[in-house]
Amino acid sequence: MTREDIPIVADEDVVRVRQVVRSYAQRAKLSLVDQTKLVTATSELARNTLTYGGGGSAVVELLGEGRRQGVRASFRDDGPGIPDITLALTDGWTSGQGMGLGLSGARRLVDEFDLDTAVGRGTTVTVTKWSR
Amino acid sequence: MTNGTGRSDNLADLLRAGSTPLAARWVELAAAPLKGRLSVAELARELDELYAAILAGVASGSRDIQAEPYAEARALLGDLSRRRARAGFTPSETAIGVFALKQALFELVDRAEVGGGLPEVVAASQLLDGLGLWTFEAYAKAREEVIDEQAEQLLELTTPVVKLWDGVLAVPLVGTLDSARTQVVMEKLLESLVVTGAAHAIIDITGVLAVDTQVAQHLLKTVMAARLMGAECTISGIRPHIAQTIVGLGIEFGDITTKASLADALRHALRRSGVDVIAADGRR
Repeated sequence: MTREDIPIVADEDVVRVRQVVRSYAQRAKLSLVDQTKLVTATSELARNTLTYGGGGSAVVELLGEGRRQGVRASFRDDGPGIPDITLALTDGWTSGQGMGLGLSGARRLVDEFDLDTAVGRGTTVTVTKWSR
Repeated sequence: MTNGTGRSDNLADLLRAGSTPLAARWVELAAAPLKGRLSVAELARELDELYAAILAGVASGSRDIQAEPYAEARALLGDLSRRRARAGFTPSETAIGVFALKQALFELVDRAEVGGGLPEVVAASQLLDGLGLWTFEAYAKAREEVIDEQAEQLLELTTPVVKLWDGVLAVPLVGTLDSARTQVVMEKLLESLVVTGAAHAIIDITGVLAVDTQVAQHLLKTVMAARLMGAECTISGIRPHIAQTIVGLGIEFGDITTKASLADALRHALRRSGVDVIAADGRR
């Protein structure tokens, strides 16, 4: 299987996302550091989907592009959306109870980061990590 | 399912007349898929009891397994399913015990040894289907109980507070650190600090797979709480890939002492309490 859909509606689903991403990262032959970075980033995004997006779903994919392999994870919710992207990506800023490092930290941990959001239209965050 | 009294089938007579060959064949059929994991004598004892209970229910005239005359049969089946579930049998292996009686009965009727025809076969079929479903439900319930127990045990088991030295406590954390686990850890640690009067606590995260902001926040809060109680708290077991990820995320542990291994953290705690570890021949 090179693609998996995971609904995110409860805390256990965040753990499930981590497990799936970890196994995909191992299959893509990511180094231990990169595996941990990707797993941690997706853990943040999955929790954001749950906490701020009110639940949604994740899609984890195995990518192959020439000699390098990678893992792409996409998190989608139909929540309120993010009004100010710059502010949301600022270290230490949070609209909730967290540390305010989830979104900005996740961006630093991956190779590609794409944030698609609009107020009232939900949020989709896609991250990719490539093997070296 | 049909029910009520005064039925036109002779299922009770059939079950009574054919009890010896039926029970024997039932045990034979039910034993086959269990492949010797349960002794035939034990199975025969269980099924004999069940046979008597089902016969008593059938003899009452009722064909509704939820009705009072079937209370004993339901209780016996419930116990049987629970035992099977706990012993690790699959749902099919558990339910076959009931459905095997159906086959035994059909065989008997087919050979026309004890009489009985379509009305009996239909009645027996409906009755045993009902009891089979009951078995499935009891089985699933038992499995859920097992899972709940394990989850609770795991929560307790995975958060032990151990004494490493006089005045030095350690909490080795393993697996996933969610809010519920952290709450348990924090409570146990703070309680132990009071009980033992320890001045040092070490939280070891060697077994934690990933430290994200939620885990870090939980850790920081625990350390702060321990500090408020006058204890010094060290976080140990930060492996290289975890360290790099924490830096990437941008989490700052501030002035909290962190160590790569539990041994380093213990040495640090001992030094702080004025103890130095020296080899017996005087060298370090």
